[in-house]
Amino acid sequence: MYVAVKGGERAIENAHRLLAHERRGDRDVPEVTLDQISGQLSLAVDRVMTEGSLYDRELAALAIKQARGDMIEAIFLVRAFRATLPRLGATEPVDTGTMRVRRRISSTFKDIPGGQVLGPTFDYTHRLLDPQLAEGHVPEPPATSEPSPAAMPRVTDILGRDGLIEPSPKADADATVGDLTREPLGFPAERDLRLQNLARADEGFLLALGYSSQRGYGRNHPFAGEIRLGEVEVEFFAEDAGFAVPLGPVTMTECQMVNQFKGSSTEAPCFTRGYGLAFGQSERKTMSMALVDRTLRARELGEEVVAPAQDEEFVMSHSDNVQATGFVEHLKLPHYVDFQSELGLLRKLRREFEAAGASSPLREAAE
Amino acid sequence: MNVPAYNFAYLDEQTKRMIRRAILKAIAIPGYQVPFASREMPMPYGWGTGGVQVTAAILGPADVLKVIDQGSDDTTNAISIRKFFAKTAGVATTTSTADATVIQTRHRIPEAPLHAGQVLVYQVPIPEPLRFLEPRETETRRMHALGEYGLMHVKLYEDIARFGHIATSYAYPVKVNARYVMDPSPTPKFDNPKMDNCPALQLFGAGREKRIYAIPPHTSVVSLDFKDHPFTRYRFDAPCALCGAEDSYLDEIVTDDRGGRMFVCSDTDYCGTRQASGHRGTESAAPHKELPLG
Repeated sequence: MYVAVKGGERAIENAHRLLAHERRGDRDVPEVTLDQISGQLSLAVDRVMTEGSLYDRELAALAIKQARGDMIEAIFLVRAFRATLPRLGATEPVDTGTMRVRRRISSTFKDIPGGQVLGPTFDYTHRLLDPQLAEGHVPEPPATSEPSPAAMPRVTDILGRDGLIEPSPKADADATVGDLTREPLGFPAERDLRLQNLARADEGFLLALGYSSQRGYGRNHPFAGEIRLGEVEVEFFAEDAGFAVPLGPVTMTECQMVNQFKGSSTEAPCFTRGYGLAFGQSERKTMSMALVDRTLRARELGEEVVAPAQDEEFVMSHSDNVQATGFVEHLKLPHYVDFQSELGLLRKLRREFEAAGASSPLREAAE
Repeated sequence: MNVPAYNFAYLDEQTKRMIRRAILKAIAIPGYQVPFASREMPMPYGWGTGGVQVTAAILGPADVLKVIDQGSDDTTNAISIRKFFAKTAGVATTTSTADATVIQTRHRIPEAPLHAGQVLVYQVPIPEPLRFLEPRETETRRMHALGEYGLMHVKLYEDIARFGHIATSYAYPVKVNARYVMDPSPTPKFDNPKMDNCPALQLFGAGREKRIYAIPPHTSVVSLDFKDHPFTRYRFDAPCALCGAEDSYLDEIVTDDRGGRMFVCSDTDYCGTRQASGHRGTESAAPHKELPLG
């Protein structure tokens, strides 16, 4: 008697129980804590907050733990929670010009007002596995100095004073910013929605697309005008109070790419911008985002759209790793009835093929 | 920590209202794909999030829910979705097609005829019937607006020229209310005629692609074809090995590695109901034995 798919309910329960067991690992080894994940795997937490679109270190750490370290699964957990949260409103735009900077570099000028600040970076480390780190290593305390009183204007603002770079579009205070998690996305999409999509996009996907643009698929020669990491204040305009109420600081990484633009009949040649912004320390993400933001401006800047990285429908429809992984992995679900239908068709076609004596070269030529 | 608390049927009321508006618009324009702001659901995209959102938006406390996948109430994803609503909405669930008020389905339409007052909610992976002919949404929306379906007919014609048949066996395109060409979701084309003039409301939810569409009760649904190559259903030519049904869509079960096969109803409720009323197939109530091929 056929019983193949019966008992699914019990099987699911047991599978989840086994998953919980495997997640815990060797029970003689202490359980990893959320503080450990948040403090010591902090870049993983940053990525989950960025692509999960939710600034909450504790929940991101919980998601990473629950997902056994699978980043996309952790991002998915955070997104599913975020989707149920009520929206009170939108914050005021954050001012990265007033960021309390912990790291700030520019590849366009040797020295800049406020100076170059390396901060905590993998850059210039030699990628040699460090056996000391395996256990019990106590690192030296960091070198400190008095905070510099000098202001740290954004490099693009310095260029902007001479009109060498296009101005950032002025925010329209009355216009609401698009939100693709609340309104269905349509094409062509404007830059606010594109940037939101890119901010949530899979880091690896953006990295590959940005890389492809550097290798000539939609080339527009970029310079890293500035990358800065630090804390910015988030403020919310409270209608009741009549003024902007500070909500607290968030850590962000911002990247401004400076790109060539040849100008047009109506506009003088000037540099153009590509923009990247993410929660936490997410340099690879913001740099990739800035490259792709710029390539996606092809339509606006009158450039020919020839490469995948310039094609907004292609990029925006495939950048979301939660969507992508769901649809790729849904192939694990049963497809018996469709497959049966295909089997029926294929058997019929093969029968007809054999009956027609398809080996005859004349018949093939006739087709 | 922000401990989550969830609303009836999981979604918040604002989201449900937004989805209901999309559903109403979809009913008003049969076969037209209405964009909606699909949410991240607690199950993966591609696993029924569109259907789940539609069901969550229409479900009331008095509803009786049935969930099937591949026609079966017992496949793992059907169980998972049924449990989700039993938990988040506390609604009664059933496996009986006749008793259900809302039926969420993936890949099948139940064999038992649906009746007025029922809602059939389809899970849809790719809502756009023209997608594999034209990948761009901007283009396909224009084609729908203009009723420009020549490309689809050319595709079907090319199938006939190459294979002698229309080589689409599931997700077979239909024209709804003589206006919009629609993807019936990946149901085998065997099920297409059941959509036509159906007394139940048919709703389609595509979560990842953020589209909802609908076939109101008693709407004409015509499978695309040509006069000299009329639409035909496909069904493996055998009675169900368990209930003897000659009219149901069959699953092919591989019973060994020497070519052994058996064919049983894909709709488990239909098969079980028939067996309960005394219908028997060659394999029922008997230990498994080898069946000759076909």
